Amino acid sequence: MRGLTTTIRSLLAAGALSAGLMAAPAWSQEETIKVGVLHSLSGTMAISETTLKDTMLFLIEEQNKKGGVLGKKLEAVVVDPASDWPLFAEKARELISVNKASAVFGCWTSVSRKSVLPVFEELNNLLFYPVQYEGEESQRNVFYTGAAPNQQAIPAVDYLMNEEGVERWVLAGTDYVYPQTTNKILQAYLESKGVAKEDILVNYTPFGHSDWQTIVTDIKNFGSAGKKTAVVSTINGDANVPFYKELANQGIKAEDIPVVAFSVGEEELAGLDTAPLVGHLTAWNYFQSVDTPENAEFIAAWKGYTKNDKRVTNDPMEAHVIGFNMWVKAVEKAGTTDPDAVIDAIIGVSVPNLSGGYSTMMPNHHITKPVLIGEIQADGQMETVWQTSGLVVGDEWSDYLPDSKDLIADWRAPLSCGNFNVATGKCGGKGIN
Amino acid sequence: MISGKFFAAGADRRIAITIAILVAVAIVVPILNLALPPDSALHVPSYMVALTGKYLCYALLALSLDLVWGYCGILSLGHGAFFALGGYAMGMYLMRQIGDRGVYGNPLLPDFMVFLNYKELPWFWHGFDQFWFAALMVMLVPGLLAFVFGWFAFRSRVTGVYLSIITQAMTYALLLAFFRNDMGLGGNNGLTDFKDIFGFSVQANTTRSALFAASALALALGVFVTWRIVGSKYGKLLMAVRDAESRTRFLGWRAENVKLFAFTLSAVMAGIAGALYVPQVGIINPGEFDPANSIEVVVWTAVGGRATIVGPIVGALLVNAGKSWFTGALPELWLFALGGLFVAVTLFLPKGIVGTWDQWRARSRHRAAPDEADGDAGSEEEVVVRVEPRPAAQLKPPHGGLAPQPAE
Amino acid sequence: MGRSAALTVLAFLLTFLAAFISPASADEAALRATIAKFAQAKNFQATESVVKELAAAGDPAVEKPLAALAEGDLYVRKSDAAVFIGRESGQAVKLADPLTGAEAGEAAKSEVTKVRVNNSLRRAIREALGSLTLGAEDPAARLAAAQTMFRTPDPDAIEALDAAIAKEGVASVKTALEQARAAAALASDLPEADKLAAIQVVAARGDRDALSLLTGFQARAEGPQKEAAAAAISTINSSLAIWAAGQNVWYGISLGSVLLLAAIGLAITFGVMGVINMAHGEMVMLGAYTTYVVQNVIRTSAPNLFDWSLAIALPLAFLVAAAVGFAIERGIIRFLYGRPLETLLATWGVSLILQQAVRTVFGPTNREVGNPSWMSGAFELGQLSITWNRLWILCFALAVFFVLLFVMKKTPWGLQMRAVTANRRMASSMGIRTPWVDALTFALGSGIAGIAGVALSQIDNVSPNLGQGYIIDSFMVVVFGGVGNLWGTLVGAFSLGVLNKFLEPYAGAVLGKILVLVLIILFIQKRPRGLFALKGRAVEA
Repeated sequence: MRGLTTTIRSLLAAGALSAGLMAAPAWSQEETIKVGVLHSLSGTMAISETTLKDTMLFLIEEQNKKGGVLGKKLEAVVVDPASDWPLFAEKARELISVNKASAVFGCWTSVSRKSVLPVFEELNNLLFYPVQYEGEESQRNVFYTGAAPNQQAIPAVDYLMNEEGVERWVLAGTDYVYPQTTNKILQAYLESKGVAKEDILVNYTPFGHSDWQTIVTDIKNFGSAGKKTAVVSTINGDANVPFYKELANQGIKAEDIPVVAFSVGEEELAGLDTAPLVGHLTAWNYFQSVDTPENAEFIAAWKGYTKNDKRVTNDPMEAHVIGFNMWVKAVEKAGTTDPDAVIDAIIGVSVPNLSGGYSTMMPNHHITKPVLIGEIQADGQMETVWQTSGLVVGDEWSDYLPDSKDLIADWRAPLSCGNFNVATGKCGGKGIN
Repeated sequence: MISGKFFAAGADRRIAITIAILVAVAIVVPILNLALPPDSALHVPSYMVALTGKYLCYALLALSLDLVWGYCGILSLGHGAFFALGGYAMGMYLMRQIGDRGVYGNPLLPDFMVFLNYKELPWFWHGFDQFWFAALMVMLVPGLLAFVFGWFAFRSRVTGVYLSIITQAMTYALLLAFFRNDMGLGGNNGLTDFKDIFGFSVQANTTRSALFAASALALALGVFVTWRIVGSKYGKLLMAVRDAESRTRFLGWRAENVKLFAFTLSAVMAGIAGALYVPQVGIINPGEFDPANSIEVVVWTAVGGRATIVGPIVGALLVNAGKSWFTGALPELWLFALGGLFVAVTLFLPKGIVGTWDQWRARSRHRAAPDEADGDAGSEEEVVVRVEPRPAAQLKPPHGGLAPQPAE
Repeated sequence: MGRSAALTVLAFLLTFLAAFISPASADEAALRATIAKFAQAKNFQATESVVKELAAAGDPAVEKPLAALAEGDLYVRKSDAAVFIGRESGQAVKLADPLTGAEAGEAAKSEVTKVRVNNSLRRAIREALGSLTLGAEDPAARLAAAQTMFRTPDPDAIEALDAAIAKEGVASVKTALEQARAAAALASDLPEADKLAAIQVVAARGDRDALSLLTGFQARAEGPQKEAAAAAISTINSSLAIWAAGQNVWYGISLGSVLLLAAIGLAITFGVMGVINMAHGEMVMLGAYTTYVVQNVIRTSAPNLFDWSLAIALPLAFLVAAAVGFAIERGIIRFLYGRPLETLLATWGVSLILQQAVRTVFGPTNREVGNPSWMSGAFELGQLSITWNRLWILCFALAVFFVLLFVMKKTPWGLQMRAVTANRRMASSMGIRTPWVDALTFALGSGIAGIAGVALSQIDNVSPNLGQGYIIDSFMVVVFGGVGNLWGTLVGAFSLGVLNKFLEPYAGAVLGKILVLVLIILFIQKRPRGLFALKGRAVEA
């Protein structure tokens, strides 16, 4: 008897909790359009993602001030996937099937996006992904508002080659998919430009690597071979601070060996004394320092919203701004939040970006963006030193990888394919080789 | 002392009921999910099926830890590694099942290998296109790792804290190793984008229900096996090693072999839990090796009550349900709640929920005993009962050995 | 367009006028005219040509505006296109004359524009300044000039260098000048004998710069020159290999000192008291955040004390972490003595709470902790480049270690601590207030973790995840060294550090770390109680 009651009681408790779990979000009275926000608020990625959650809340509040969408108010549903990748999938499922979110804005790392992809495909919903990534993907339900490698890495390398006369390259990255793929693309690109194999040094380090003495010395040695050397850094978030500190302390100046980084933005630099780093480069599609009225207005509104005069803005935030505005416009165009209708309506939608132009959603679910190269300033901001003359279309399948150069994505009918092979004329990748 | 007969009957009955409930759940939930229309009051949404299926895998993992920690006193801080290895073996099978439906359409190589310029399949991927091979590996890889690790560690008499720390080192080393893209296992992204299992789509509700049922049945089997082991003569030895390793050794038993068997078996159980987990969550990546995850497993077990078989299951379900609720409803407070739970359980519920429940039942039973003249309760038992309500900190293990003291 | 042309004319008129009014030379007027061109430079190329033009004048007076330009301190006033050196102060910019440095009032930020610079411009400026500052008053400036000229050899500068060498009185500068001359000689068409001598001079440097110069020279040289260069290169290479090993040892020691700092508090709470203190990393984090708060206060209220910020933060970090440690011991751990594995769970919970608390209070992003000037930069010791912050951290780690050792071995308190650990009941019978000693010991261990945080804030992120990064390594160090033995922790930390750094060049950073972990696991099999195991009955208890 005792055993039975124990078991029953504990099961009841579990059941009650689960029931609470399902019932909890169902209290809202007025009918609203739910927008899911899927960013880690704890764990290792909280450092980057929390700001994006705030950005989404800010954007939704602003939109509601303008009267919402389709006459309804927007309601943000915030969940915390806690930097735990399987939890991302669970939370995505919860947002869509329990909270009935019409679209989800979220994810930062590639692995979190990969983890939720099947969920969005299965439940047919929308994900707006705001971070620069390795490309090699185009999914019907996902909109990539961050940069593809050709919108960040390749222009940066071009800049170094043409403006700084760099001949020798260190490709330093954290050992995960984005740096690996980006470096593969860059290696192929550099070799196509006539750079010899021995003039490229590739180096990978673990996440959160904090002891950079050896690697910085290696870079220094590699750079003293009589040719102009630069470092292309795909080092991830946390490891950057000790890396730059070591660079500064070992006296590597930007004039001698410039470092161009793809993962270092205003937010990361806020945790760093940037005076010794002046002149090192970053490549993004947006800088807080961009001098346009749209940007000034956005920064002022953002600082007002966060009630913090020191809050910085960065590129993934701009990507969310663009993605959110595109979604709003597409929903209004389609007259419904139904995912299928929005997927059809959003292609070709143009919204102003913060750097003074218009970004357009392309049929491959990537957007057009300008590419900016900036030099780090003593105040932690970037100063644009070079900029593409026009907008660059995100190229999901890199032209520099042998297996993807024939692929394109076009989600418009009748093609409606994420990996159409122009060589074979079939949807479904490269096929048998 | 509590009558041995009654206690045994109580425990056995509890096991039987747990198994019965698990089997019933395995049958009923899929029916409620598939047969009833979504607007029916009794309909179980697919979301709940997926979620609970995941919890059941966690429960099996916690149970496997209970076998070594609760009954053998080995606090493994690396059980997540066995879970993840089992998961990877399953993931490799699922990757091979994708065939040419990957984005590049390569019939042999998974997508991540294509864009990382692999020309051919690494040697350790061969065979995983066969389910029987993958199933074997699910058990063999974690089992073998545990065997080799345990073989060295137990023979050198690495015990207590030292053992905990090196199991942590083991899972940490594996974490770093699996993060490496050169391992040929997908690096940080791990294995994902699964299409189907045995030819059924992993996204279909039927498949999901079947996996749920399989998890429930596997857990039921795990409960049964653990119960039989613990109840056997070997189980007595296991507890003897836990409570007084040196004495057991002096009596002529090979303590290291006793431990090695339990450790290996437990790793195999963890591997199976991982294998069931992967198709349900759709991804396996090195994050599962994180030492923090393994510590969390210890917490589930402690919350439910170790050395109780049912306890770890209750703990895993409760903590994970709490996690799901908190990360949705009060994301900022989640870590406070989890941290507070750890502290509260160790301070106020050293025996866990089930253990404390048993203790409380036993006490109230005995208090009631003189009035009701319960046939099972004798006068000698009261002596023990009065000794028990001491501050938690100084609790000695009662005669039944409900709160094992680690060998350290 | 028309407006800017008008402005140009105006600027010219003004400079022209200035030339008349002030008793300056005609040269200066020309310089001012050139400097005024910065206002018209619309892109980097244009700015660079102005820089070249200025440098070509060969007047040391251009150092000021060029140096300011390199620093990004050259401004153009929008109203009259006049060029000034500016210093930002708040919302305003303090303007100064570009040549004389005389103050020229203030302007709001919106009234001036910065003359933009990029890396190639900075390089051009540095090269231009190199030859100009050869005759500077300050030996450091002359040294810098010589070094720049060594890296950018210019055959036309040989005469200037010869003159400078003849005048030079400071030995070290003279050597640098001779090396610069040798580099220039290698690039020139001087006779072979001169070049052979130059090879020797360059080779005497024995460093990477010499190597890269000689490698470049060897590629285009022929005959005996090529042979001499090749010989010099192989000598340099072999000496560099030895230095590289030395460098690895230093890096290993430096990594070891970080490990020692991180682990030493744990050697008390875990090693001496037997509490598996998973919240140890968070104590380190609290120390780092204390440093951040101290620096923040100093920045706003007493900026001139900044170099003292670490010294001020040290006792505070100790107190903060010790107080938290004390609270944890009194509140939680004292109920768990004798159940070491359960302290693991409770302290893990505490660590989660502390992390989230810090995240709530300070936000999830990294916080900036600056390096005081005495912890910035590096110095050369032979071919070793030793960074000051690493050196200070090493000294600091050793100091903490020996102070702690003294406390433990030589003070009555340390004696009581050891007595309680060895035999709690007997210590209690002897009249030692064991609960009090426990609490203080734990507070001591936590406090030491806190001051470790002050040091680690100098080389790592200050974020809520700071502690997580060190906790596993710290446990490995303590377990490897032998629980309960401070010397074990010291030896353990340094041997793991050096091992790691020797594996890293061969195996890479990731594999190196994995190998170290595997080696620790194997080592524990061989010596289940670490490097310096405690002996006796207490061990089995």
